[in-house]
Amino acid sequence: MPDSNGGAASAPEPCAHGSGHACVPHRHDGISAAIDPSALISARGLCVARHGRELLIDVDLDIHEREIVTLIGPNGAGKTTLVRVLLGLERPDSGVVHRRRDLKIGYVPQRFDSDDVIPMTVERFLMLGGSYGARRIGEILEHVDAAKVRGQQLGQLSGGELQRVVLARALLRNPNLLVLDEPVQGVDYSGEADLYNLIARLRDEAGFGVLLVSHDLHIVMARSDRVVCLNRHVCCSGLPEAVAQHPSYGRLFGAEAARAFALYRHDHDHSHDLSGMPTAAGDGAPARGDD
Amino acid sequence: MLEPFLLRALIASLGLAVVAAPLGCFVVWQRMAYFGETVAQAGLIGVALGLALQMDVTWGVLIVALAVAALLVWFGRQKLVALDSILGLLHHAALAAGVIATSMIRGAPVDLTGFLFGDVFAVTRSDVAIILIGGALVLAAVAWLWQPLLRLAVHEELAAAEGVDREKVRTVFIVLLAVTIAVAMKIVGILLVMAFLVVPAVAARPLAGTPERMVVLTGLAAAVSVVSGLWLSAMIDSPGGPSIVLLMSVLAGISLSWAAFGRPGRRQG
Repeated sequence: MPDSNGGAASAPEPCAHGSGHACVPHRHDGISAAIDPSALISARGLCVARHGRELLIDVDLDIHEREIVTLIGPNGAGKTTLVRVLLGLERPDSGVVHRRRDLKIGYVPQRFDSDDVIPMTVERFLMLGGSYGARRIGEILEHVDAAKVRGQQLGQLSGGELQRVVLARALLRNPNLLVLDEPVQGVDYSGEADLYNLIARLRDEAGFGVLLVSHDLHIVMARSDRVVCLNRHVCCSGLPEAVAQHPSYGRLFGAEAARAFALYRHDHDHSHDLSGMPTAAGDGAPARGDD
Repeated sequence: MLEPFLLRALIASLGLAVVAAPLGCFVVWQRMAYFGETVAQAGLIGVALGLALQMDVTWGVLIVALAVAALLVWFGRQKLVALDSILGLLHHAALAAGVIATSMIRGAPVDLTGFLFGDVFAVTRSDVAIILIGGALVLAAVAWLWQPLLRLAVHEELAAAEGVDREKVRTVFIVLLAVTIAVAMKIVGILLVMAFLVVPAVAARPLAGTPERMVVLTGLAAAVSVVSGLWLSAMIDSPGGPSIVLLMSVLAGISLSWAAFGRPGRRQG
């Protein structure tokens, strides 16, 4: 394998260079590491193959309360597949997913194709996730900056409005885990940072865990407690800074991404002071991963 | 005073109109019209089954409708051929098999027209009872599952991630659809059953702002069509079921024209 400048971002390649990741059919729990019962979701040894292609290879992942975990990886890295397995929408070929008994998921899917075929106002749509008072719906819509669309039909909303309404539905459920699959698609650029700041703020208030899927590197990193870098298997994971310095991260996203990341860290120092986010614990801990 | 046969026809059709309204809406929302069509046409095999076993054909239609629905769900698990292609194949096959099967019934030749287009003025007291009791059960089940059904129809994966058991709810819905088809068969016939469900829902969609309102409007459109269709049928001696469906279609045509002309602009960004 040639080193870092291989343009890996455009051509995803597994970054397992003999690192021991493999899918063993019918792997027993005794072999895989124990699940973490305190985690909201704890997955061990996930393997998914479709049409003879391995989409996920031996993936372990834990998400705890109050933790923002960002899942990054190039297109085709299996990010959405992993999310679907964690949510129980798809069964893994092997491996286990343990969901804590009190787990309550708020989900914002990658694409929400609103469908004019069903007449549906925003308010009625929000009521589908549970039953809430009119006042609470108003508050949440205010939170996500979508108060003015309350009486509109779903089919009349723009992509960004729709995304915020779906987020509102997820938040209304009082989840202890919020799962967002590429939440900024269809949101204009200035809306991205706002959305992430909002999610981080709500996390601070409500204390839910967050699983965020993205291929957008620099903004995503800003609020993450942990970054998991996926390319069919977990290439590396850890604190944002540590992941960015990890060799397999550079291989996966190329030098371009590494620069973007450096830029982000600069931004983060500024926003950090304003928002009063706590410093990430365990400074300087190296990322776990290949090599 | 109405003739008894006319009164029975009216009660049976109005009962069916009410029962069909929520199911018709879900069929439209979930784009299952063709699915229902295939299940309904397979009902002709059920007619043959019922005649051969000398039981009420409603049961034969119900059994075969459920079997075909299960087959379709099973076929849907593979992703190499789209479901609408399978439906295109199967609904002709089912009709052909049904015609052949009924032709092989011994005894007096079977009059297919009554099964294909229904014979609303021939419904008996027991038919009316079946429609009212079966209809009440279907309505109760729909009311009970209303919220999860709606959540799945709006966005299946979102609902499933939030904890809706999609396999269970889907299965119950398909069973309800099969029951409705079997019950409605005597009134509008195998070929027009799905029209009875789908067309009033189409007529209601442009006028509705919420799903519940659409169901109510669907029921109203169906009821208006039933009354005027039966009246038309009595006036010009046209077949009952087709007259009802034709009037439903006129309503749907007006409603769609209004939607197409009146609100051309939609969806920003």
